[in-house]
Amino acid sequence: MTDSSFPQPVLRIAPDPETPPQASPQETHVHLRVVDHLFRHDAGQMVSTLTRAFGLPNLSLAEDVVQEAFIAALKNWPFQGVPENPAAWVLRVARNKALDVLRRQGNWKDKSPAVQSSFRTLEGMGSSEEPRFAQELRDDRLRLMFACCHPCIPQNSRTALILKTVGGFSTSEIGRAFLTRGTTIAQRLVRAKRHIRSEGLRLEIPSSEQLPELLPNVLEVLYLMFNEGYSSHQGEALVRRELCSEAIRLCELLAEHPATQTPETEALAALFLLQGARLPARSDGDGDLILLPMQDRRLWNAEMIGQGLEYLGRSARGQKISTYHLQAEIAACHAMATDYENTDWASILRAYDDLQRLTPSPVIALNRAVALAEVKGPKAALEILEKIQHQPTMADYYPLHASLGALYKRLGKRHLAQDHFRRALELTISQPVRRFLLDQLHR
Amino acid sequence: MSQFILLLHENPSDFSDVSPDEIQAIIGRYSAWREKIAAEGHFVDGHKLADEGGRSLTRTEAQLRVVDGPYSEAKEVLGGLFVIEARDYDHAVEISSGCPHLEYGGRIELREIDQMHDDD
Repeated sequence: MTDSSFPQPVLRIAPDPETPPQASPQETHVHLRVVDHLFRHDAGQMVSTLTRAFGLPNLSLAEDVVQEAFIAALKNWPFQGVPENPAAWVLRVARNKALDVLRRQGNWKDKSPAVQSSFRTLEGMGSSEEPRFAQELRDDRLRLMFACCHPCIPQNSRTALILKTVGGFSTSEIGRAFLTRGTTIAQRLVRAKRHIRSEGLRLEIPSSEQLPELLPNVLEVLYLMFNEGYSSHQGEALVRRELCSEAIRLCELLAEHPATQTPETEALAALFLLQGARLPARSDGDGDLILLPMQDRRLWNAEMIGQGLEYLGRSARGQKISTYHLQAEIAACHAMATDYENTDWASILRAYDDLQRLTPSPVIALNRAVALAEVKGPKAALEILEKIQHQPTMADYYPLHASLGALYKRLGKRHLAQDHFRRALELTISQPVRRFLLDQLHR
Repeated sequence: MSQFILLLHENPSDFSDVSPDEIQAIIGRYSAWREKIAAEGHFVDGHKLADEGGRSLTRTEAQLRVVDGPYSEAKEVLGGLFVIEARDYDHAVEISSGCPHLEYGGRIELREIDQMHDDD
């Protein structure tokens, strides 16, 4: 079920679907199929599998040779054309470069069964459809993800490390997504790799005993990755959206793997898909945020909503309700509603009640109050917001003032409503949000 | 029809932090250009030159002098070449102007291959 919306990490050459097959008899008519991020995903796969071959201490070497091999492709293919099996080409170059380096260092025995086996896996990746290697390729990425999120790696390095190695992002792309200088990201990566070496980390998929300790770290990193892409309204829109897709891709990998498909993983996958489905409607042509009540719901991705609901159904088999379950449930209520008014606010309110018990925060209290207003009316909601509005983190939070304005307006308190809409206007630069607020102010 | 040679000069340092995603996009552009000029019957050949800088040969008196490249102070190197067919220089310029190399800061040197035959 996951294959359709996200490309599999195998470089493929295929006739352009736009041109009829009989019109493409020659090499020059073969297109690089326009699959998003194919090279990036392949790079992540190659780094993962070469790291298995050469060992985790050689992670940087694996990254370097894969990058060099892609550069070699960039220099060659414009002149020679794209080879019939591009992945195999890049792999061969990367592997030979790595072996050169290791042989020069002197202590390398490349005949070891482990190395031979990972090379065979890589060849499998190159030779188009080779299902028997698919599992191994997937396991390689999973192992590296766990290594990147190991407790000994500093928290603020984990996301960058996973994006760089398994994700195939460049340092400057990560910097652009996080509004951080590329050099800062590079330093974090160096530090993280130092930890990998000094702690003697190994590449492994955790046993069922280790899983409860290690899996939450990985899920948290993916959650942060997704949120960075989803919530921040600064930075480069395109790269931020790619953070969301990458978080979804990696989460699906976990949710589909027998060792890691816990209810919590599935709930997180559900949350990502249900939220991600709304991304196309969430900003206008200028990249400005469009709030939920004003979104064109026809732009929501129905396929992703379907997948999200399926994961949410699967996630319900567990004993424990995680915060991911509750957030996914809320997202599902929104995703299934025909419009804002006809949303299942009662269910949303119940989920926020639970969420507030599990992880209390003023932002959750605000969101809960919005749902409460729809269920019990504006007065009940106002009582809550009047309490939290003086908390330091909330005073400058425009959604709080926008909500206060809306509630006062519903109660006919025009002047109070206008004060808060004006305050909200001072706090946001998003044009669609400002238009909405101005409209509320003057109507 | 005459044949023209496109010498593509590039700056190797431009390749430093380019991501696989960006590489895919760039190669996609080149492939599209190649296919277009091939479909129009203008494409003849393309060659990538090996990365090491080559040799420069001169002979002074009886002495052969061989110098390892690159030979100039310039940062750019000759990365590769295309051969195309075109009516004249104007036409060749028109074909070459679509080459993505120009968008990525590279320089193209365009020369006509002199094909003076016996029957000309």
